[in-house]
Amino acid sequence: MKLPQSIDAVVELLAGCDYVADRSLATTLYLSLRMGRPLFLEGEAGVGKTEIAKVLAQGLRRNLIRLQCYEGLDVAHAVYEWNYPRQMVEIRLAEAGGAMDRGAVAQNIYGADFLIQRPILQALEPHPSGPPVLLIDELDRTDEPFEAYLLEVLSDFQVTIPELGVVKAVEPPIVVVTSNRTREIHDALKRRCLYFWIDYPDAERELEILHRKVPACSERLSAEVVAFVQDLRGQDLFKLPGVAETIDWATALVQLDAMALDPEAVNDTLGVLLKYQDDIAKIRGAEATQILNRLRSDMAAAKAAGG
Amino acid sequence: MTTSLPEVAAGGRLAENIMHFGRTLRAAGLPVGPGKVLDAIRAVEAAGLTRRDDFYWTLHAVMVNRRDQREIFDQAFHVFWRNPELLEKMLAMMLPTVRPEVPAEQEPLSQRVAEALGLGRGDGDAEQRVEELEFDMTMTFSDNEVLRGIDFESMSADEIAQAKRAIAAMRLDLKPLTTRRHVRDSTGERVDMRATLREAMRGPGDIISLERRRRRTRPPALVLLCDISGSMSAYSQMLIHFAHALTNDRDRVFTFVFGTRLTNITRHLRHKDVDVAMAHVSEAVDDWSGGTRIGACLHAFNRDWSRRVLAQGAVVVLMTDGLDRDTSDNLAGEIRRLHMSSRRLIWLNPLLRYDGFEPKSWGVRAMLPHVDEFRSAHSLASLEDLAGLLSGTAATKEMERWRQAI
Repeated sequence: MKLPQSIDAVVELLAGCDYVADRSLATTLYLSLRMGRPLFLEGEAGVGKTEIAKVLAQGLRRNLIRLQCYEGLDVAHAVYEWNYPRQMVEIRLAEAGGAMDRGAVAQNIYGADFLIQRPILQALEPHPSGPPVLLIDELDRTDEPFEAYLLEVLSDFQVTIPELGVVKAVEPPIVVVTSNRTREIHDALKRRCLYFWIDYPDAERELEILHRKVPACSERLSAEVVAFVQDLRGQDLFKLPGVAETIDWATALVQLDAMALDPEAVNDTLGVLLKYQDDIAKIRGAEATQILNRLRSDMAAAKAAGG
Repeated sequence: MTTSLPEVAAGGRLAENIMHFGRTLRAAGLPVGPGKVLDAIRAVEAAGLTRRDDFYWTLHAVMVNRRDQREIFDQAFHVFWRNPELLEKMLAMMLPTVRPEVPAEQEPLSQRVAEALGLGRGDGDAEQRVEELEFDMTMTFSDNEVLRGIDFESMSADEIAQAKRAIAAMRLDLKPLTTRRHVRDSTGERVDMRATLREAMRGPGDIISLERRRRRTRPPALVLLCDISGSMSAYSQMLIHFAHALTNDRDRVFTFVFGTRLTNITRHLRHKDVDVAMAHVSEAVDDWSGGTRIGACLHAFNRDWSRRVLAQGAVVVLMTDGLDRDTSDNLAGEIRRLHMSSRRLIWLNPLLRYDGFEPKSWGVRAMLPHVDEFRSAHSLASLEDLAGLLSGTAATKEMERWRQAI
């Protein structure tokens, strides 16, 4: 499928896949597609960074190649690895066959046939449906040496294999890099990308996200859930709930057949929303009731003003 | 609908103005080089100039690459591209060179942006500054907090010599972390197949000898939290000198100071010259020798920084006397949280120099159960001990004794 030709088209593309995006994000994404630059997304956990890549792959009908980063991730797991057993067998065969020319054998065992492709090399290969979407997820979890290795991939979309030469993508993949900022990524890498910080959504957008992601959730419940979560984000908590948590919570409440928020339901399901015991202890009980009362009176006031 | 602008970018004023805008940002401290300016021009060409917010986000995408640069960018953008008709005029290529001016009704610009735009500060600004100062003072906790930069030159010659001697003698030897990366080693426990095959192809012979590798190690990150309140003032200067030496000696050292609020001084300590670094620090920190709110500062650290600096097995060194003025804080809870997220939590307390020190005070009793080591930090000798302590060889029996004392 062809790339979107305007910012509005990007907004539509994302909306078509149930991703409700800010126009600012759509602008950055559009530029990334048009200029062939990797997109670097930072933000708190659960604001939909990874989702962007998935939605992009789905909307453009491209393959999604995902590289989950972790500490110690190396070239053998991220880019390529030689098939050592096959190489050993090949050497034995060559020796058994009486071939004494080591140069020829070496040439042979370092051919493309003996190469095992890992995600990054796969992403540089031609794909029948067009260049794939390469998601490099949670880059901050890996260490600086790997980050440095990525520089060549992200700026020139090529990989240098010492024994084989340079592998360059005919058509560069669409690259999305995400980071939770558990450490600062080096500027050299960010410079090669277009940067965007994803914030928590405002109430209006979060409500729309909830409508799309949890259609079974009633109008009233959705509004209350969103108001509650928005209020929580103003509290002094160790980990604020992200959009993912809002969706999970709404789903949980629907499963429990709740029609509206009440203190009991909130207390029972708080673990879906908050992931630290300290935070849960702080909100459970009196604080939750207070928030509920606050949002009830706000909603009543809004209704009175509207009606 | 987008407007294609090759001719504008090539010969018009837009490209020129984007360049000037880039230079403004650079002067304000954002890393915007010529490469980024070219990218920005290309990006504007790609996105078109139909909407002001699109234009904003287009430049943002290229020129900003950290969350904390957004505010600077935002202010610079609104001043530089202030005139709403500017873009239309640019399209018509009739634009006069943009003269940045500060609109009177706007909120005060950050100092960096104002300086970058070459604006002098008028009398009105001076008034504004006074107001800010008063506001700051009412917001701070301590009633005797002094808003002044501390003069490191007033340290006695003896003190300086002592601190420098301690620092020079210090070779911090933290117990290294085993990483998941490998390095070639003939006595390693794993076979390095790639190297083995490469060697095998090198010379004749029927026997392939196995090359080996082992796990690589690296020193863990070190986070220093230093109390600079009044009761610590005799030591905090020395400890910050110490932090400076560590920062320039090794990778991954993060330093924070706290009195009534927490300040990250890592960036300032990166200056090689100790005097320059100290000058920057005293400028950046404005709660020298005031009161202490350990609980609140640890809370700020846990909330804003712990996830960013403690992620990769960091050792935390907390330097404080534990005399918290604010007993309403959840000090025990915060220190517990800090302990849980660090690999090792070491508390250096200068009060330990007194032989008869008893863990009586409220703060000490709250904190002591949650630290891995509790040591003194008042003299050359005690700082030298730190090396052994950080390498993890120090006895834990002492810790048992402290735990029983409370």
